[in-house]
Amino acid sequence: MPSLGADMEAGTLVQWLKRPGDALKRGDIIAVVDTQKGAIEIEVFEDGVLEKVVIQPGEKVPVGTVLALIRDSEIAAAPAPAVARAPAVSPAVVPVPTVVPGPAATPFPAAGRLRASPAARKRAEGLGVDLARVTGTGPEGAITSADVERAAKSVTATLREAGAPPARAGMRTAIAAAMSRAKREIPHYYLATSIDMFAAQRWLRAENEKRPVADRLLMIAPLLKAVATALRELPELNGHWIDGAFHPGAGVHIGCAIALRGGGLVAPAVHDADRKDVSTLMREVSDLVARARAGSLRSSELTDATITITNLGDQGVDAGFGIIYPPQVALVGFGRVQERPWVVAGTIEVRPVMTVTLSADHRASDGHRGGIFLSAIDRLLQKPEEL
Amino acid sequence: MKTTYREALRSALREALAKDPRVFLMGEDVGRYGGTYAVSKGLLAEFGPERIRDTPLSESTFVGAGIGAALGGMRPIVEVMTVNFSLLALDQIVNNAATIRHMSGGQFSIPLVIRMATGAGRQLAAQHAHSLEGWYAHIPGIRVVTPATLEDARGMLWTALEDPDPVLIFEHQTLYNMEGTLDGEGPVDIDRAAIRRPGKDVTVITYGANLWKTLEAAEMLAREGIDIEVIDLRTLRPLDMTTIIGSVQKTRRAAVVDEGWKSGSLSAEIAARIVETAFYDLDAPIARVCTAEVPIPYPKHLEDAALPQPHSIATAVRQVLARA
Amino acid sequence: MTLPVTTPPSSPARGEHDRTLLREMLRIRRFEEKCAELYSAGKIRGFLHLYIGEEAVAVGAMQALTPDDAVVATYREHGHALARGISANALMAEMYGKQEGCSHGRGGSMHVFDAATRFYGGNAIVGGGLPVAVGLALADKLQQRPRVTACFFGDGAVAEGEFHESLNLAALWKLPVLFLCENNLYAMGTRLDRAQAETDISAKARAYRMPAEWTDGMDVAAVEAAVRQAAESIRKGNGPAFIECRTYRFRAHSMFDPELYRDKAEVELWKKRDPIAAHIARIKAAGVSDDEIAATERDVSDEIARCVAFAESAGWEPVENLLTDVYTPRP
Repeated sequence: MPSLGADMEAGTLVQWLKRPGDALKRGDIIAVVDTQKGAIEIEVFEDGVLEKVVIQPGEKVPVGTVLALIRDSEIAAAPAPAVARAPAVSPAVVPVPTVVPGPAATPFPAAGRLRASPAARKRAEGLGVDLARVTGTGPEGAITSADVERAAKSVTATLREAGAPPARAGMRTAIAAAMSRAKREIPHYYLATSIDMFAAQRWLRAENEKRPVADRLLMIAPLLKAVATALRELPELNGHWIDGAFHPGAGVHIGCAIALRGGGLVAPAVHDADRKDVSTLMREVSDLVARARAGSLRSSELTDATITITNLGDQGVDAGFGIIYPPQVALVGFGRVQERPWVVAGTIEVRPVMTVTLSADHRASDGHRGGIFLSAIDRLLQKPEEL
Repeated sequence: MKTTYREALRSALREALAKDPRVFLMGEDVGRYGGTYAVSKGLLAEFGPERIRDTPLSESTFVGAGIGAALGGMRPIVEVMTVNFSLLALDQIVNNAATIRHMSGGQFSIPLVIRMATGAGRQLAAQHAHSLEGWYAHIPGIRVVTPATLEDARGMLWTALEDPDPVLIFEHQTLYNMEGTLDGEGPVDIDRAAIRRPGKDVTVITYGANLWKTLEAAEMLAREGIDIEVIDLRTLRPLDMTTIIGSVQKTRRAAVVDEGWKSGSLSAEIAARIVETAFYDLDAPIARVCTAEVPIPYPKHLEDAALPQPHSIATAVRQVLARA
Repeated sequence: MTLPVTTPPSSPARGEHDRTLLREMLRIRRFEEKCAELYSAGKIRGFLHLYIGEEAVAVGAMQALTPDDAVVATYREHGHALARGISANALMAEMYGKQEGCSHGRGGSMHVFDAATRFYGGNAIVGGGLPVAVGLALADKLQQRPRVTACFFGDGAVAEGEFHESLNLAALWKLPVLFLCENNLYAMGTRLDRAQAETDISAKARAYRMPAEWTDGMDVAAVEAAVRQAAESIRKGNGPAFIECRTYRFRAHSMFDPELYRDKAEVELWKKRDPIAAHIARIKAAGVSDDEIAATERDVSDEIARCVAFAESAGWEPVENLLTDVYTPRP
């Protein structure tokens, strides 16, 4: 069945115009074939003898099907199977260009920011995942929603290891192990000092009067700032003891010990506390507390602290001497603010007084330095407006 | 030098005719009438009827003749009165000018320039107000340019004539009277976009008469503290994506102003290309300001409402920022 | 079917030239027959329009043109291409789509182009070549070159606007175009009298103020004489001329055409006026021997066999080159 057109796929044999045994000349019409366009005559392209008719009238066959066999008339009458004079099967000779070499995507250098899809960003915000710590599997390493979900799951796993997820039995075990190790390995020394919080409280009241309710500060904010600022003067208290040496922290990332409902404790970090103002610190601490309790902290928050503070004042404790969180080298504790008689310029007044404690790693610092640190905090809290 | 867009075009034509004897101009009413937009006024007297040829109203044949003359070694400038009439010559442009090189296996080049007036804004109604340069930009084998400034009106023609392939030059009909100062008289490139107003908040991409509407919008927005970067495409085929993407990577937001109808317009192509290459640099979806989906109406208030305007461009920019 | 008075009497056979005419027509005939076979076998794809029966027009016309002249033709242009001097190898390779084809395989049957012989297509749009021919002629006139642009088209093109625009412009500007209408009576499946209120095509051309005549398209000598005369006049600067060649295609419009629109009897009648048979009869009467004719047939047969072998072994253009030849490369 010949191909007669680009869109001819099959034809129906209508009539044979020659019979087996007939001599054929090139150009002879041998049959009539019906197509979608109408009946077309089929010619032969070589001389010969019609040996055998293969397809019968009425049969519809695809292009390329053998219709008849024609014997080359020069071959002797031996009953050899005729040289199939069938037209070649529809060709697949043309190399099909499977992949068209499109113009190479113009290589525009990445603009240097995080490559994350809008969907991924939204998901990351909802899950509390830090995009900077997510490995992207999208185009050219871009972060996809799936990548974010995966990272969130592993953060939860990390949290479990650090003993930080919403209270589980496993957390207590983890805390027990960490604290035992700290007590065993870290040579602690302990210092305490009492601070007149009159100026700080007065400042806090004035500040909050100016602010809408949502933006009001708690004492933790100036305390954080004071600790962060003081650490600039005493960098040996800000960092990690690893492999027999002190590694100063890359920044001042203050871990805030947060008790979780149902038991359990986490101490996620406020990053770069020395570079943030009290309003920002307040917001971030609130956020940390909320997320700690929701179980959606970022892994970086759990691992990056260079020092930890613990505020036991709410529990009515005057002073607490805690165990340092390894591999940190210091822990600052704030007791409750209590009205006490206090000597001010030679007379006795009632002043709000808070005890601040320092548990420090004697390998990294000594009492002399620790004392300066606590004095610095005291000094800073006397001029809270400058924090 | 103080001049107009029209005069700049005329200077370009005069220079080309004087410099290269192969150059000639043909089209309807380019000779005795002086050009329907007066661009070729005076050229017949200066260069004679062999080189300034008035044609009958036979767009298909005189555009095809331009193709043949280019094949035969001339450098013809064919003026099709407006893009609206070019539809009669679409077969010659698409099936011959754009394809002869390819169909012949690279044996022939067709150094033909076709100039056409385009666009709306003068209440000429539906059949005289098309902006089809975006359609032409769809066809491989031709180049499409849209001079919006005096400098480009003056300088693109020579470069187009030197180009071995067909170049279509679209002159927005509302620009002919535009006045300004023209300093340079030299040829300019026809393959790069230009940043007409640097900015940092949103990249606004446009061409032709809409450049000026966009610059007006830029002034309005600047008073609100919004600083847009305005890119004049200058060439629609090929598109200068390097300039466009570089800008979008800086501003992270884009809007396209295109006088074609929105559906299937060149603005869609540009938006698609930006998303293809700079998806992760975008902080907001891309906005498009195009002509409303209606044949251009006759009454002024409706025509104005259908076309992009400075205020609608500004609105689009504000939306892009609000959504960020 | 009497010959019109305006046709010059067929010249008595003149040896070499007549053998040339025979060989040229036979080359076309056998090439086209081979194309039909190859198309049926799937080697040639797309559309295939055979010139069988019309050989006298292309051959006669090309004999009367010079190598400097230009040729614009239609999608039924294999005969014109061969008669113009494009090699059978390059043409068959183009049919196959191989890169050794005259258009590097990019065009196929309907887009034969050749810069060396000033062959400007191979145009698939009916009437699309006429404006281009007008332009080529315009370039020659402006550069004062005494060249003719021969523009071939069919009776179908007469209906297109381009026909009227082009004849008008060529006459108005006195351009050196030779408009050659191959009237084979059918525009695909539409007979001339169903498409034209006025079926006298050369009369239409005359209305555009150019010399126009019709000639017997089945008589190669008549065609040659008519074209030679017209070309001479054009070269002298007299403006365009029009020749209608009345001819007939023995095969269908294209391969996939059951010819429902015309009678078999009509085809048989025209086959009796086969231009090759008629030419053979004339040259035999003038003394050319059967042996010589057989030798010519053999030569042609060999040439065709060679060109098929050439096309078969020619190469496919690498896919990596897909985007070339869209624009001219810059230095």
